[in-house]
Amino acid sequence: MNPSSGPVLSGSTAALCFCCILLMPCALGGLGLINAGLGRSRNVAHSLLSTICITASAALTYFFVGFAWQGYLGSQSHVWVVQGKLWSWIGSERFLLRGIDFDTSSYSLSVMFGMFAVGLAAVIPLGAAAERWRLSASCASTALFAGITYPLFAHWAWGGGWLAQVGTNYRLGRGFIDSGGAGSIHSVGGLTALGIAWILGPRHGKYQANGMPVAMPAHNAPFVLLGCILAWVGFLGLDCAGSVLFLGTEANRGTLVVINATLAAASAVLSGVCITRLRFGKADASLCANAWVAGLAASAGGCAVIRPAGAVVIGIVAGLLVMFSVEWLELRFKVDDPGGAISVHGLGGLWGVLGAGLFARSSPMANSQYQWLAQVVGIATLLGFVLPAAYGSNWLLNKVISQRVGLQAERQGLDLDELGTGAYPEFMIHNEEY
Amino acid sequence: MKLAGFLLMPAGWIIALAALVLLPSSASRTVFVLAGIGVELLGLFIVVRAHAISDRTQQR
Repeated sequence: MNPSSGPVLSGSTAALCFCCILLMPCALGGLGLINAGLGRSRNVAHSLLSTICITASAALTYFFVGFAWQGYLGSQSHVWVVQGKLWSWIGSERFLLRGIDFDTSSYSLSVMFGMFAVGLAAVIPLGAAAERWRLSASCASTALFAGITYPLFAHWAWGGGWLAQVGTNYRLGRGFIDSGGAGSIHSVGGLTALGIAWILGPRHGKYQANGMPVAMPAHNAPFVLLGCILAWVGFLGLDCAGSVLFLGTEANRGTLVVINATLAAASAVLSGVCITRLRFGKADASLCANAWVAGLAASAGGCAVIRPAGAVVIGIVAGLLVMFSVEWLELRFKVDDPGGAISVHGLGGLWGVLGAGLFARSSPMANSQYQWLAQVVGIATLLGFVLPAAYGSNWLLNKVISQRVGLQAERQGLDLDELGTGAYPEFMIHNEEY
Repeated sequence: MKLAGFLLMPAGWIIALAALVLLPSSASRTVFVLAGIGVELLGLFIVVRAHAISDRTQQR
């Protein structure tokens, strides 16, 4: 594939890519179920409706401005010339998706892919902000996310931007690799989740006066575990489609992508089972579910370019990272993340970006030994640009409209307060824990 | 403290970008990119600590 333009897809490859993209909403459904199940029963309907509304807000914003600023390989963009090298920093396509033929070209498929991908990334913060995030504020925050933060980073990584060009410009391997969105979807979503969790603060009653957290257990483990299976299907489609569209992977290499993603998730969940069994005596369902999704997130970075053994190592490390990160965030750093989104997607995604560089098969091209450095530059961009931008935009939004619901609404549950009816009307809720 | 942390994060990013553009040798480029990441992690740590302390104060 010419790095400056998108791949030319044969009819069968385009059809396969189309079908893989159609699987992506399964990941949305999976994340929605996981977030709903990990929360308390008083907020279930609100959580699921928020998932749909956030997806809708992301899709509309992406239609209006998002794709124009993201662009695609070889499309028009604004460029800075830095010491003779071209730095493409933002796409300059037409707004409202004008001028697109909507055929089976890689360009058209990337629009379709992007519309699902931005929704998926935008739903991630809901896991960390659950049970205290206003529906209207979540939609407004998503519009900022899908209109600014996401398209910029997606352009840099996927749209032929400067990160993708560090390979040709500075001889850092193939440039930044992100075949399935470990950086563009998971890390961007996870770091935005961290910013929003900071702005909202912990849930009422989460911490005692002495700073010790109170357990607020998941209300529906079947939701969570079925959500994991659904997310697996969706992320397999995402990884395959992303590899074809952004790395120019041949369609027959899709088997490697699927095997790598599955191996990473499998090793992550089993490392989670082992760790929780060793530490607590029994396997913890919600932590193991988080490990499963973290394995999928981590494998998304290099699923098309690593060997299966590398995927297993990436998965094991992702599982371990999630186990300890969830605990550290809650106990030491007082970050209330009911869905584990920051650990699973933020940390798992960052590890996936780095893992892609560490375990990528060496290519015959020169300087492939510096692939890891291209990935580190990507991580530096995520921490140095995406996190402050996400926090800053949501901080400003919070000054305009309060993002957090009132104390009474939180006690009553968002189902009753914002929707007027509970998800389980036959049950009466009396305690804080449910 | 929080603001200082948030300023350190983009500062680290700029160090990493400057290393790419300005330094010709791979070794020095690697060192400075890693130094940039170090500055970002320091900023992140400061912000995390500042939020933990302010949340704890609000609880009281």
